[in-house]
Amino acid sequence: MTTDTHTEVSHHDHVDDSQIWEGGTSPFKASYGKLMIWYFLISDAFTFSGFLIAYGALRFSTPTWPLPDVVFSTFPGGIHHAPLIFVTVMTFILILSSVTMVRAVQEGKKENRMGVVKWMGFTIIGGLMFLSCQAWEWTNLIAKEHMSISTNPFGTHTTDGVYLNEDGTVAKTADGKDEKFTAGTTYLIHKKDGEWHKRKFKITSGEYKGQVAQESFGPKAFGALFFFITGFHGFHVFSGVVFLTIVMLNALSGLYVSRKNGYEMVEKIGLYWHFVDLVWVFVFLVFYLL
Amino acid sequence: MSLSPEEGKKVVYRGMVLLGVITLCEVIIALLGNGHIIEGFHLHKYIMFPAMIILSLYKAYYIVSEFMHMKYETRGLVISALWPIVLLIWAMIALLNEGGAWHHNRQYVELIDRDGFKKPDSYSLDEYLQEVSSDTKTSQDQAPATTEMQAEHK
Repeated sequence: MTTDTHTEVSHHDHVDDSQIWEGGTSPFKASYGKLMIWYFLISDAFTFSGFLIAYGALRFSTPTWPLPDVVFSTFPGGIHHAPLIFVTVMTFILILSSVTMVRAVQEGKKENRMGVVKWMGFTIIGGLMFLSCQAWEWTNLIAKEHMSISTNPFGTHTTDGVYLNEDGTVAKTADGKDEKFTAGTTYLIHKKDGEWHKRKFKITSGEYKGQVAQESFGPKAFGALFFFITGFHGFHVFSGVVFLTIVMLNALSGLYVSRKNGYEMVEKIGLYWHFVDLVWVFVFLVFYLL
Repeated sequence: MSLSPEEGKKVVYRGMVLLGVITLCEVIIALLGNGHIIEGFHLHKYIMFPAMIILSLYKAYYIVSEFMHMKYETRGLVISALWPIVLLIWAMIALLNEGGAWHHNRQYVELIDRDGFKKPDSYSLDEYLQEVSSDTKTSQDQAPATTEMQAEHK
């Protein structure tokens, strides 16, 4: 009787659900390891979602949240006013490394040892490039712009206004116009010789029109969330690179040739790597685009 | 149920182009929305945000279904792995709403700090805020109370 069910299962893709769980077959047609990596990834997805939703809730709670196109507008080589360009490059790197990973899995299915090693090698290079970019981004934010988990020099104006010089006269731009801003404009408070330089401005809209005020630090949570969320993602990339290296060396040594399930390990680490890319899609959306 | 090697390769490179182009579109929308591409033109938030969210969701769908092979797994596996994600819809609605409420309370507390509590029998914050703001319109010389103004006193 059992054998009958068995043959039936292998002949059809859609089987009667009442028989599929009776034993003797693999209802999900997936190995234990692959199934478990999926469940691990789901739990990890919830961790990241918790972080990103917390970001959303805190952002909604304050009007002075800085805008990403101002915060992330530097590019290596001293280039400023290049909004979101560097992080776009990082995203492309991660997409490319995901693509090379798919190729590695495909070569594994074909039992092509050197193909697997080659494409995994490209994937590792992609991962390392991404990590280097992130290291630069963090260095720039910490050392140049002086953001930390407890101080956030990026803030956003809640009123229209015009900047003033130290002596109280209206500040001018390079081409001689008044240095005006509108509500919702993000600013960065500069730090020179260990001193914060908070600029004064005159409010030109709302109920405090005509009064003089000073730039204040942006919401603390912004820095903390930035370093925790991108750091947690970066840590995933880093561990991914470590595991990719181990699996690549195993593949190179010919370990998977003798295994009954062949190159399944490459598939599993591939799932993890695509997940890292998947998480980046949302970190990119929530942190940099919105 | 899987793809032949040639089909597989095609899917990979199509995926690469697709994800790259979508990312580029998202960035262009973000830059348009913030007025970086066309001087003085800002794409409206209600167009910009949904567009970026939909494009990102499509990217996620593509990565999961093609790169992670979810498209070729059994229905049971797909359900057991992806349905828990539905819980996040609730989490997003609840917590973003909560964030909005904090924002509301923050304004309320700032006004109380400035003026004292004016209407003890009022239970509606909206009513209270409206009343206080209409008061301030008539008397412009009130003491400052925004976060920016407070910073100056420190």
